[in-house]
Amino acid sequence: MKLKKGIPVIDQGDRLGFWGGKFGGNFVPETLKKPIEDLEIQFNKLKNDKNFIKERDKYFKNWIGTPTRFIKLDNLTKHVGGAQIWSKVVSDANGGAHKIYNATVHCLLAKRSGKKVIIGDTGAGYAGKMLSMAAKKFGLKCKIFMGAKDIKRQQPNVKAMKKNGADVVPVYSGSQTLVDAVSECMRYWVANCDTTAMCVGSTVGPAIFVRICGWSTSQISRELKVQLINEFGEVPKKLKLYNCVGGGSSSFGFWNEFMDYDKKQVEFIGVEAGGPTKSKRHAAPLTYGSKIGILHGAAQYVNQNGDGQIEETESISAGLDYPGISPLHCFLKDTKRARYTAASDEEALKAYQIVTKYENLRPSLEPSHAFFVALKESKRFSKDTIVIINSCGDAYKDRGILEQKLGKKYVKSN
Amino acid sequence: MLNPISLAFKEAKKEKRPALLTYTVAGDSSKKQSLEILKEISNYADILEVGVPHNTPVADGGQIQTSAYRAIKNGIKMNDIFKIVRDFKKSKNSKPVIFMGYYNMIFQYGENNFLKKCKKSGVNGLIVVDLPWPENKIFSKKCKKNSINFIQLLSPTTSNKRLKSITKDSHDMIYYISMLSTTGGKLKVSPKKILANYNKIKKISPKKNCVIGFGITEKTISNFKNTDGLVVGSQICKEITRSLSNRQNPVINVSKMVNKLRKKIS
Repeated sequence: MKLKKGIPVIDQGDRLGFWGGKFGGNFVPETLKKPIEDLEIQFNKLKNDKNFIKERDKYFKNWIGTPTRFIKLDNLTKHVGGAQIWSKVVSDANGGAHKIYNATVHCLLAKRSGKKVIIGDTGAGYAGKMLSMAAKKFGLKCKIFMGAKDIKRQQPNVKAMKKNGADVVPVYSGSQTLVDAVSECMRYWVANCDTTAMCVGSTVGPAIFVRICGWSTSQISRELKVQLINEFGEVPKKLKLYNCVGGGSSSFGFWNEFMDYDKKQVEFIGVEAGGPTKSKRHAAPLTYGSKIGILHGAAQYVNQNGDGQIEETESISAGLDYPGISPLHCFLKDTKRARYTAASDEEALKAYQIVTKYENLRPSLEPSHAFFVALKESKRFSKDTIVIINSCGDAYKDRGILEQKLGKKYVKSN
Repeated sequence: MLNPISLAFKEAKKEKRPALLTYTVAGDSSKKQSLEILKEISNYADILEVGVPHNTPVADGGQIQTSAYRAIKNGIKMNDIFKIVRDFKKSKNSKPVIFMGYYNMIFQYGENNFLKKCKKSGVNGLIVVDLPWPENKIFSKKCKKNSINFIQLLSPTTSNKRLKSITKDSHDMIYYISMLSTTGGKLKVSPKKILANYNKIKKISPKKNCVIGFGITEKTISNFKNTDGLVVGSQICKEITRSLSNRQNPVINVSKMVNKLRKKIS
């Protein structure tokens, strides 16, 4: 298995949509073959269309607010005493997270194909919130599928979705989290694909959704590359990019522009959700050696039992609470381009406390996982090493959990 | 010699009626009970679809999901499902059996192992919901080699060009999904329109037995008497759920229902 240079990773799949011959694909019911093919034709044409890119960039700039900040975390750097610690504050983007890029692109595509309704899944509620924002912006009706458990634990985002006029559909099947929300969303699409567009909230699902999402979030690394050159005059010689990985959309977007650099120069570190220290059901298929299986239309490493039933996961962060992982990350793992590890619930909370103590930055629980590993490893790096953590979400949505785990006083003081 | 599935269609045709196909989930609500249900309904049904329960079913509606979760919760494993079929095949009224499920279960078992076990247990055909054409080309050839019918699915969104390629690669039986819906959806398309699509398929591929599924219930089934076969699934699963919550015997109730269905098309 080999990563090719000079070709975008999203375009390195084979004729049937498999990366490295075995990750991804289109394991979908016959009914969805046609709408997926239509979307493939549309996307393949538009991604090279100058007018479409112009339109995308216009909304990215004026509505999402690109570029997001690239800042040095001086106090943390001093506190840790090793590498220089920086952050790409993607949570600056309109809505407070990276999910806005994919949502915007899907709405632009839906609009061009004449669809009136767009549906989507959500875990932490960000994908849903952003889709509801973009749908409102582009005049589309919006329906969001969300696990009943997630609805309870991510209320601020649920309220935002409803405020944007979206219909939030609670999903009560299975574990009542993201995995079931994606299933239910796909089922709804099976029954309504003639009138409705579907947006998959991460770089997961049938191959075309993996590609569209990866193409959209790559905005993050496009910006970062420019910012690095402005700051350092070049892409630094020792650069390490830390990102949390749930489905894998923010990390893929954070890395994409640097794919062709030698990993000795630009290293990618993906941090999965290890769940509570005492649990077993970690949402970390790459770290803990899960087997390849099929989930939501794509072959990937996935937590499952011997029979092939998908296993429930457990994580404090709803956005990482997913038993599978993007085929793109399976491909990056097996080609050894990226390195993957996990942080536990407790470690993520600890990192949140440290970051908020030293910096004026409030990463949500998802990037807090990445912060934990980055801060731990930075100690042993030289001073000319540049460590960057993608702070891809804001902790506002986690108020309830943070208050419960760390106490009211702590949350208020931040 | 005709394979058992084609033979079942031939027998039904002799009686000038469509073949009746039922769908029940293996292990719903227990291993023992699902075997009893198969034994009872085979008095009236011609071909039995046995659902292999999966916990992320992207094409199944509420009724079948409920049955599948119930079976998984009660501990059903792939090997138990093979055993249910093997035991059923030993019974005096045994009928052809088709597995219906999702590809991950086959993938984890190993395609070759899975087919070997199917053959040993007496499974006659396979419907793999999320392994469409052309992705299924290699696997369907393997099935054919093992004398197992790989049943291709067609839907209202299938283009004419695709229709021709798929029917060409199909075995003796094909399955037409009546409408854009998950299983258990209400029939939202007129029977006339469904039959028009059915006739289009038959014109392209007159020799293959084509069944219609999705939205077929006691209420709608008599609209489709002039077809090769009809599948009823969700309504049966619903009846099991209803019986359980009313503390009645699902075996008796389901058997009554299938008897009624059969009468409506005879």
